[in-house]
Amino acid sequence: MPQTEQKVLITGNVAAAEGAVRAGCRFYFGYPITPQNDLPEYMSARVPEVGGVFIQAESELAAISLVHGAAAAGGRAMTSSSSPGISLKQEGISYLAGSELPAFIVNVQRGGPGLGDVRPAQGDYFQATRGGGHGDYRLIVLAPHTVQETCDLAYEAFDLAEAWRCPVLLLSDQQLGQMMEPVDLPPMKNIPDVQDHPWALSGARSGREKRIVKSFYWRPGELEAFNKRLREKYLRMEKELPRWQTDHADDADIILVAYGTSARIARDAVRHARQEGIRAGLVRPITLWPFPAAPLLEAAKRGARFLVVEMSWGQMVEDVKLALYGTAAPVDLCWRSGGGVPTVHEVTEHVRALAKE
Amino acid sequence: MPKTGPTLKIGRPKALLPDRTHYCAGCGHGVVLRILAEIIDEWGIRDRMVGMAPVGCAVLLYQYLDIDMCEAAHGRTPEVAAGIKRARPDLLVFSYQGDGDLAGIGTNEIVHVANRGEPISVIFINNAVYGMTGGQMAPTTMPGQKTTTTPKGRSIVNEGFPLRVSEMLATLEEPVYIERCVVGTPRDIRRTKNAIKKSLRVQRDLKGFSLIEILSPCPTYWRVPPNKAVAYIEEYFEEVFPRGVIKDKTK
Repeated sequence: MPQTEQKVLITGNVAAAEGAVRAGCRFYFGYPITPQNDLPEYMSARVPEVGGVFIQAESELAAISLVHGAAAAGGRAMTSSSSPGISLKQEGISYLAGSELPAFIVNVQRGGPGLGDVRPAQGDYFQATRGGGHGDYRLIVLAPHTVQETCDLAYEAFDLAEAWRCPVLLLSDQQLGQMMEPVDLPPMKNIPDVQDHPWALSGARSGREKRIVKSFYWRPGELEAFNKRLREKYLRMEKELPRWQTDHADDADIILVAYGTSARIARDAVRHARQEGIRAGLVRPITLWPFPAAPLLEAAKRGARFLVVEMSWGQMVEDVKLALYGTAAPVDLCWRSGGGVPTVHEVTEHVRALAKE
Repeated sequence: MPKTGPTLKIGRPKALLPDRTHYCAGCGHGVVLRILAEIIDEWGIRDRMVGMAPVGCAVLLYQYLDIDMCEAAHGRTPEVAAGIKRARPDLLVFSYQGDGDLAGIGTNEIVHVANRGEPISVIFINNAVYGMTGGQMAPTTMPGQKTTTTPKGRSIVNEGFPLRVSEMLATLEEPVYIERCVVGTPRDIRRTKNAIKKSLRVQRDLKGFSLIEILSPCPTYWRVPPNKAVAYIEEYFEEVFPRGVIKDKTK
């Protein structure tokens, strides 16, 4: 892969990998699972090429633990997996959040529950946006809808993770991960293999105070004080981080809300509806946590109604309702689940029906 | 002056912080803690050493040693240690684990870290019982040994035989040095200290994996008086876990 800016045709999974490498990721640890295998396969050659470490671990638990160690030492470390594998990683993700370690995790979602299938799905929304593991925490959750955006968000992930000392989860899916699109690659960031963060474990040199990376607070009140501080951080994140994109939303009577693969389909449905004179628009959350409530509230004030399009039988729709709490805006849901992908026709039909109400 | 034998070391090593440990009377953890602190002082490696505290009785290890330390999820300790070592190969990294952590929930991790030959030093405290959680059966609990989850004694039929992880790991190609030591007599303790030093030398000079298993008294959950615990190790535990060098590729 060229080191300079260049346009290439790659899959979403490779785009996440290359975006991370260009952002300074020098530690990749993973375990095979479909449909994200081209990501670790790519990294197995790419990371050593830039002087980093690639390990195919014996389990998802081990992979996320290796991330834990490399991140604690100040490295930009990542792992990737798909839904069942991400469930296994939740133990380590909770420890990362509790230890306030930056890390980058990619979930190329597949159908669930259980072993499910290997088709596109968005059934891990709750898991992603509510922390996912045990305890009281959140992750920064990024949801790209193109291969280019997958690369761009991966490129930005470590900066966010380090600025907020919070793991970043990129929520992709089988379709987005395995499809190819042209991508403008960003330039290589000049980041040391390991950084001397004020908390990083590096050996207590020159008589400096020792550092401890931990999530255990056993004295009464200690954990509550820590969690209060975490909450304050999350509240600041809720103010500063929400990001979204709109399409024809300014004058829309019907606002479609969708992310990732669903957003691509919803965007086409909006175009079809507009051609028929229906004033439809799209709000596409780019951060799923913190969830962008502002554009929805703004549309609700204008009297818009909402149609959530998602590949689960109703998860993000709850955040839309929470965002609109206190307004009278109606919220409907157009869903497919278990590997089913809504067609543009299906979504457009739903929009037509709402327009007739 | 006539030779009077080894001098008694008194006073607290600098690397052992002036904090009261939470260990029970007669527990072996404190002895191993002191050994680590002495080595850190003697070798002057405070600026180069990073340790891993496990889940279990040694969870607060990070509080007692004056070096950079990290915590891990239960059993994942050696993988987190390997992550640190891969990121900063110049550090001396040790993974301190109990028998539940290493031989129970973390069996997979220790096998693969050893098999990859990760250049870390593993200190494996085997006291044949889960101490932190209140004295339940460990993978290394002896046949017939009474614990809070084997009230009639460990039954081989129901719970299987105690797991000898050090011997299992010795069958792998990559590990350089594996020894089983004892927190017992002063001679045993000196032997343990030397084994830990050797393990750190293997890490530093040979970039190899090593593990020191330490049979360590837990009078509280063995329900024996502290002054009888060492004899209990020798007479009872060493039937299944004999002390000695199990693998040594340095020779």
